[in-house]
Amino acid sequence: MSATPTITDQDVEQYTQLTQQVLQQARQAGASAAEVSVNFSSGLSSCVRMGAVDTVEFHREKGLGLTVYFDQQKGHASSSDTSAEALTQIVEAACDIAKATQGDPYTGLAEEALLAKPATELPLYYPWSLTAEQAIELAKQCESEALTHDQRIINSEGATLATGQHLQVCANSLGFVGHQRTSRHSLNCVLVAKDAQGMQRDYAYTTARDPQDLWSTNQVAMLAAQRTLDRLDARRLPTGRWPVILTPEIAAQLLHYFIRAISGGLLYRRASFLVDCLGKQIFPTHLTLTEDPWLDKGWGSAAFDDEGVKTTARTLVDAGVLQGYVLGSYSARRLGMQTTGNAGGIHNILIQPQPLTQAQLLDKMDTGLLVTETMGHGVNLVTGDFSQGAVGFWVEQGEIQFPVHEITIAGRLPDMLQNIVAISNDLDNRQMIRTGSMLIEQMTIAGQ
Amino acid sequence: MTDASSLTLAQQILLEPADLTQHDLHQVLGQLLGQTITQADLYLQNTYHESWSLEDGKVKEAGFNINKGVGIRAIAQETVGFAYADDLLYPALTQAAQAARSIAGQGQTTSAVPVWRPQIIPAMYPAVNPLASLSKADKIAILHQIDRHARQLDHRVHQVNATLVGRYDVVLTVQSDGVIAADVRPLVRLSVSVIVEEGDQRQQGFCGGGARSDFSLFTENDYHYPLHYAGEAVREAVLKLQAIPAPAGSMPVVLGPGWPGVLLHEAVGHGLEGDFNRKGVSAFSNRLGERVAAPGVSVVDNGTLTGRRGSLTMDDEGTPTQCTTLIEDGILVGYMQDKLNAQLMGMQSTGNCRRESYAHTPMPRMTNTYMLAGQYAPEEIIQSVERGIYAVNFSGGQVDITSGKFVFSVSEGYLIENGQVTRPIKDATLIGDGPTVLTKVSMVGNNLQLDGGIGTCGKEGQSVPVGVGQPTLKVDELTVGGAA
Repeated sequence: MSATPTITDQDVEQYTQLTQQVLQQARQAGASAAEVSVNFSSGLSSCVRMGAVDTVEFHREKGLGLTVYFDQQKGHASSSDTSAEALTQIVEAACDIAKATQGDPYTGLAEEALLAKPATELPLYYPWSLTAEQAIELAKQCESEALTHDQRIINSEGATLATGQHLQVCANSLGFVGHQRTSRHSLNCVLVAKDAQGMQRDYAYTTARDPQDLWSTNQVAMLAAQRTLDRLDARRLPTGRWPVILTPEIAAQLLHYFIRAISGGLLYRRASFLVDCLGKQIFPTHLTLTEDPWLDKGWGSAAFDDEGVKTTARTLVDAGVLQGYVLGSYSARRLGMQTTGNAGGIHNILIQPQPLTQAQLLDKMDTGLLVTETMGHGVNLVTGDFSQGAVGFWVEQGEIQFPVHEITIAGRLPDMLQNIVAISNDLDNRQMIRTGSMLIEQMTIAGQ
Repeated sequence: MTDASSLTLAQQILLEPADLTQHDLHQVLGQLLGQTITQADLYLQNTYHESWSLEDGKVKEAGFNINKGVGIRAIAQETVGFAYADDLLYPALTQAAQAARSIAGQGQTTSAVPVWRPQIIPAMYPAVNPLASLSKADKIAILHQIDRHARQLDHRVHQVNATLVGRYDVVLTVQSDGVIAADVRPLVRLSVSVIVEEGDQRQQGFCGGGARSDFSLFTENDYHYPLHYAGEAVREAVLKLQAIPAPAGSMPVVLGPGWPGVLLHEAVGHGLEGDFNRKGVSAFSNRLGERVAAPGVSVVDNGTLTGRRGSLTMDDEGTPTQCTTLIEDGILVGYMQDKLNAQLMGMQSTGNCRRESYAHTPMPRMTNTYMLAGQYAPEEIIQSVERGIYAVNFSGGQVDITSGKFVFSVSEGYLIENGQVTRPIKDATLIGDGPTVLTKVSMVGNNLQLDGGIGTCGKEGQSVPVGVGQPTLKVDELTVGGAA
C-alpha cells in the first residue's frame, strides 16, 4: 500500500497549462472575460474500530470550474472530467448559459489593479509520505490506548488517521495566474462509554498542515476518553436564565455566525441582523478581532482570494467597533465599496484574549452553564434569533458539578455579542477562528 | 428506472465512450476477489447537474456540472477497502481496484465471479433527463413567475430569491454476487426564499418542493407549484413579523402533518440504520421486539413511492427498494440495512444502501420515512392542549445516535392557549430523547402527509435526497428552546 505521491512542480505546471488552455477556448468562443480554477486533491484515510481495520479509503480527484462573461452576462460550468471532449462541452455550456442569463451591471472579474500579480505561494504544504499500513498502525495505537483507559469505555466508532493534499490553480483573462498547494493531516478518535443511565459518545481530534504539529496518539486517546467519560450520568436542568461559557470550539461557531452576518452576500440582500452596522459598537470594548491571511500554517491562509485579489491583514473589529465587512468584488460593487479579498470566504481570525485561564473564567462566572457542544440549525441570521440544543456542565462557585444534556440555550445574537464578558487564553489553534473560551452574561436555558 | 432499457442506456453513457464492456467489469471484479476478500463491487456514475437562480428580479446566475467516475469497494469480513477514479478508462479501473484490495495484502487473486444476473425492477420514476425537458427560456420563465407573484402578494416583500435545480444521474453497479443493475435517476427541485421588511424589522420565509421527474412538474397547471411556493414563502415571512418570542421549557407540542416528520427522521430514523446497530453504538441497539413508541404508532421507510424525492428503484448495490416497517404499533420490528451490515447481523438487505456519489463509500440510509395515519381529527388534537406549541414547519434537525438526544428547529410555530391556536412564535429549537419521545405520542391524526420534496439528509459528510412525512400528532412533553 504505497503512500500518496506528492504534488510536484510538474503537476503545478500541467494544471497551470490547463487553465490557460481553457481561458483560450473561452476567448475563442466569444467570451469577453473568463476565470478558471482547477482543483486536484489526493490522500488516504484509515479507520480502525475495536482493534480491527474498518475502512481504508484512497482519494484522488480533480475538478475544473469555468466562469465566462459576455459583458454583463455570466455563465458557469464545471467538470470532474478534464478530457478534451469534456472541456469543449463545459466551455460551450458556460457560454450558452451566459447568453441566456440577464445582464447585471455589477458582475465581472475583480479590478485588475487589485490582483496578486505575481502571485505568491505560501508555505502551507507539508506532505506526509504515509502508507495505509502506517496510518492503520497509528489509528490502532490511538484507539487501543483509549479503549484500555477505563472500563466504562465499552465501545468505539473508531480512530481515523487521514492525510490529504490539495492543489488549486486559479487564472483569469486579465493575466492573473496563481497556485497554492496545501496539506491537511488529522487523527480522531470517537468513543462510547456506558453507565446505568445509558450510553454517551464523544471524541477528540488533532489536525494540522504539518504532521509534526499533530498531537501524539496518546494525547488524542486520553482527551477522547476523558471527554466521553465526563458525559456519563448527564442530567437535564430546570428552565431559567444563567450566564454561559462557550468552549473555544463553540465560541468559534458564534464568531462564525458573526462573520457570516457581515458577509457581502447577506448584506446586500439585507438578510443580516448586522446590516448598516459598519462603524458601530457591536462587541464590548475589550474585544478586538484581526484577520491575518498570511499566518504560518493557518487554515485560512491565502496570498490571493478565489478571484485572484491580493489579501492583506486588517483589524476587523477594533475595541468592539466593526471596521469592515467581508466582501468579494460582486458584493462590494453592490454595496458601493471595494473588495476585501474575501471571495471564497474569510481568512484566519485572531482574537486578543484576557490574561485568564479557563478555570479563572469559570470562577468569574461563579454559577452557570459551560457549553461544550451545540446541536441543530436554530440560528436565524436575518433576525439574529439564536436557539440551539446544548451539552455541557453545570458550574457552581466556579467548579464543575455535573454533566448536562437535553437542554437548549437561546438568546438574540446582537445581545450575545454585546454581552461577551471575557475571553480566556485557552486558544484553539486547530480552527480558522482562533478564540479561547467565552463568557456570555446571560442566556435562556430551557430544560425541565 | 431500472429495466432492460435502463441497463442499455447506462452502457451507452458509461461504458461505450470508454470502450468498456461488461466483460471488462467482470474481469476487474475478478481481480478484486480472492484471499480474504469475499465481496466487491463497482459503481459507475455520470451526473449532469444544472441550477438557475433569480435575484433582484433577474436570472443572472446559472451553472452546469459534469461529475463522472467509478467507486470500487473490496470487503473482507467487516473491513472495507475503497478507492475511486474520476475517469472510466480500463487502466484507471484496475488501478483503483488494486488500491481497494490492498486491505488483503499482496498476492495472487482471481476468483470466479458468477455469471451476471441482470436485475429487472419496476421503475419508480421515468428515465428522463430533466435538463433537456425544458428550454433555457422556459426554465427562466418559471423563476420570473415566482418573482412576480411574490411581489404582487405583499408590498413588504423586499427580496425574492428562487433557485431551480435539475439533476440527471445514470448509475451502473456490478456486484461480486453476480448482480448487474442500472438506474436512471432524474431529480428536480425548486426553492423560494423571500425577505419582507417593515420598519426596521426583517423576516425571512421559505418554501420549495421537488420530485424525481422532469421540469414539467413546475409548469403544469399554469405554474401551480411555483406560485404555491411563492405564496407560502411570503405568508411565512409576513406571519413572522407578528411573532412573539417562543416560550422556554417542557410542554405539550402538536406537530403539523408532512415536513414535521423530520422528527421521525432524527428521533428514530438514524438510530435504526444498520451500521450503528451492527456496531452497537445506537440508543436503539439490541432493542428489536421492544416497545419504543406508544400503541398506535407505526413508522415505515418506503423507497417505492412513485416519483418521490427519497424514492429509488434500486439502492446503490442494485437491491430493489422496499417498504420496511420499522415500528409497528409501538414495537421496534426492523432496521434499515445494506448488504454488508445485513450480512454481519444475519439479516437481509432492505434496499437502503446509499452513497452521495461514486467518490463516497456506501452505507445504510433512509429513503422516505413516515408515520402511518391514526384516528384523530387534527382539530381534536389541538383542542386537547391547554398550553403548548403547534409547530407546522421546520428548518432542519440533528441527532446524537448514541445518547439518542435530537433537535429540530421550528421555522413556523404558534402558541396553543386553551385549545386554540393563537399567536405565531419566533424560531426555536425543540430538543428531546429519541428512544422515549415516541412513547409520549398520545394522539395520532388521520391526515398523513408527505413533505413537498426538498429534504436532504447528511450523514458522515455525505448528502442524499430523502423524504419524510407524518399525520398531525401530539407529543405530551418536549423541551421548547425559546428565549422568553
